[in-house]
Amino acid sequence: MKKSVFFGALTVASLAAGVAGAATLDDVKARGELICGVNTGLVGFAAPDANGNWSGFDVAICKAVAAAVLGDPSKVKYVPTSGQTRFTALGSGEVDLLARNTTWTFSRDTDLKLQFTATNYYDGQGFMVRKDSGVTSAKELDGASVCIQTGTTTELNLADYFKANNMSYQPITVDSNAEGEQQFLAGACDAYTTDASGLAATRAAFANPSDYVILPEIISKEPLAPAVRQGDDQWTDIVRWTIYGLIAAEEYGITSANIDELAKGTDNPEINRMLGTEGNLGAMVGLDKDWLVNAIKAGGNYGEIFAATIGEQTPIGLARGLNAQWTQGGLMYAPPFR
Amino acid sequence: MTTAQDASGPTGFRLSQLIYDTRYRSITIQIVVLFLVMAGVGWLVDNVIRNLNDLGKDFNYSFLWQRSGYDIGNALIPYNNDMTHGRAMLVGLINTLWVSFLGCITATFLGVIIGVLRLSKNWLVGRLMTIYVEVFRNIPVLLWILVAIALLTEAAPSPNQYRVNAQTGEAGASMVLESVAFTNRYTAIPSIHFDRTLGSLDTALAPISLDFLAIVIVLLGSYFVNKMLVNRANRVQEATGVRPPTLWKSLAIWLIPVVVLLFALGVNPEEPQLKGFNFTGGTNVSNAFVALWAGLSLYTAAFIAEIVRAGILAVSKGQTEAAFALGLRPSRTMRLVILPQALRVIIPPLISQFLNLTKNSSLAIAVGYLDLRGTLGGITLNQTGRELEAITLMMLIYLVISLLISGGMNIFNNRVKLKER
Repeated sequence: MKKSVFFGALTVASLAAGVAGAATLDDVKARGELICGVNTGLVGFAAPDANGNWSGFDVAICKAVAAAVLGDPSKVKYVPTSGQTRFTALGSGEVDLLARNTTWTFSRDTDLKLQFTATNYYDGQGFMVRKDSGVTSAKELDGASVCIQTGTTTELNLADYFKANNMSYQPITVDSNAEGEQQFLAGACDAYTTDASGLAATRAAFANPSDYVILPEIISKEPLAPAVRQGDDQWTDIVRWTIYGLIAAEEYGITSANIDELAKGTDNPEINRMLGTEGNLGAMVGLDKDWLVNAIKAGGNYGEIFAATIGEQTPIGLARGLNAQWTQGGLMYAPPFR
Repeated sequence: MTTAQDASGPTGFRLSQLIYDTRYRSITIQIVVLFLVMAGVGWLVDNVIRNLNDLGKDFNYSFLWQRSGYDIGNALIPYNNDMTHGRAMLVGLINTLWVSFLGCITATFLGVIIGVLRLSKNWLVGRLMTIYVEVFRNIPVLLWILVAIALLTEAAPSPNQYRVNAQTGEAGASMVLESVAFTNRYTAIPSIHFDRTLGSLDTALAPISLDFLAIVIVLLGSYFVNKMLVNRANRVQEATGVRPPTLWKSLAIWLIPVVVLLFALGVNPEEPQLKGFNFTGGTNVSNAFVALWAGLSLYTAAFIAEIVRAGILAVSKGQTEAAFALGLRPSRTMRLVILPQALRVIIPPLISQFLNLTKNSSLAIAVGYLDLRGTLGGITLNQTGRELEAITLMMLIYLVISLLISGGMNIFNNRVKLKER
């Protein structure tokens, strides 16, 4: 017994736990709980409140998936992950789903053996500076000290951007958004760079948000997408189509307010298929008939989630922009439910 | 049948002897334990290989030759984001060695002073040193590093505050002696500039400044000439009993050639200037580095002080009394009689303090000083996703550094330990 404990500990130390079985869905059902990797704290995307309840745009994805799979959006365990630990946490099976404003890139998709499900936020990297510094464009940042979160794509974009513009800078590496915020406020860096949505969320949490400006330049494409481990196609499909379900729900006008009404049956066959009154799409991914009903009830459709967590009515105040429905000139486009 | 008979004979060997015979038992146990350990290791390796296979990952180090793509703020050798991950690792390694080297020197210096002062007959000094030791060694070193960085970032003004306010004409913060600026990012100090420089020699690792090389050569020359002078003085003293005065000659040998060389090279300090966002021109010593250095030194110094105190107390009181009886003053007694004998007690535990300091330097990650842990084990690991490779390589490098330090210090220990003839 002792020996097995000893070897067990050694194994954990050597490989951070074995790879979880291929069938994540079975694991989650058996556990009765979805383990979701989220940000350590980024207001609007994922942050715990004073009572330890998590909320935010990324957290809403966790809740929707938990509702689709387990029928209860509260059955989620949130594991805060840093930019450095997130992929190890997912790869080692510590979390079932990584909903942590993570950029979808080629090498992460292939070499890191991740599976990005569907983009839930189209973002780009920006810079924030103090208003009294007088800087109005990122091109004026030559020689500046820039705070940057380590282990992120933004770190590489920053190097590329300054090189392309023939400028120099002093990187100040920080481990989390909280540390970056603190260093930036203390004046240890002239500019703070991360995804523009993250900058807006960070600025909203400042004591005097109006003393800081986000520069107009967006220097990269950052499609943020929840990710799962490669090699479990069923689980990938579940997460992907839950997100598409939320997006499609907005397109077809299914909201948390009218969903009970619509779930009784409508004249629109697409809505009927989604909500399980016609055919049985849920069974095709190993879930109940009303999986999407539960998912949408959890926090509303994509538009409702956006408005409640990061939209223009919130302190973060992000416009829909690229994240509007394709019918509104945005990029949000769910494939047909058929 | 024959064998059975032999085995049961009085001189024969029975299997049960492996357990019950004390001559063989220890060997049996050792072999069994060895097999168990090997099986355990084999099982772990097999587990790793199988899990890597399940994940579809391979184990290779080719990423070290790929473009790194990220920048490092405090590189001691030339580096930019077009260079490889291997080069970034090297930058980190040199940063690790640099902060450990400086840390070991300051920790030893402080430790010896504090250890000796703790034994002081002056009540106040002795108690103050006791407080120092107890406070510093009983609080984790990470906290000391964080305290240091917090002090540096919060207390010092930002570079911008050194600027003269354009609207009000109000002068900003002033630089110490017009040449050193403490800011919340770094301390800007003057760098050495040569008007008539000899240029530099390009090597694969880093360009070597020929100016510094020339200075080192001249100093080495002075050292040898001075040694000859001292040897001659010793010979004269042994022959005649009168030591010829050497002080002025020594000073001249040490100073004149270097001063002449520096004058010929046209040395002058290049003072930092506030340009744009930051100071340029001088050398910027980052706060992260200073905080790490200070934290490690102050913490380890407390341990070294205790080791020094133990070493001194290990030398019997009779030695002090004998030295006093010979008329040596307390300071010379300490320097010539006690410390040389104490060293043989001090050095072995000192080695492990140096090893601790070097390994603790990996806490650099907490203040964003990019050492080996920050480059190879941090950014490179994250950007390439090669956890197992990066961590294994990093462990190997730390192991090699530790063994080298320990080997070097053992050689030193053999030289200073009591020679029994």
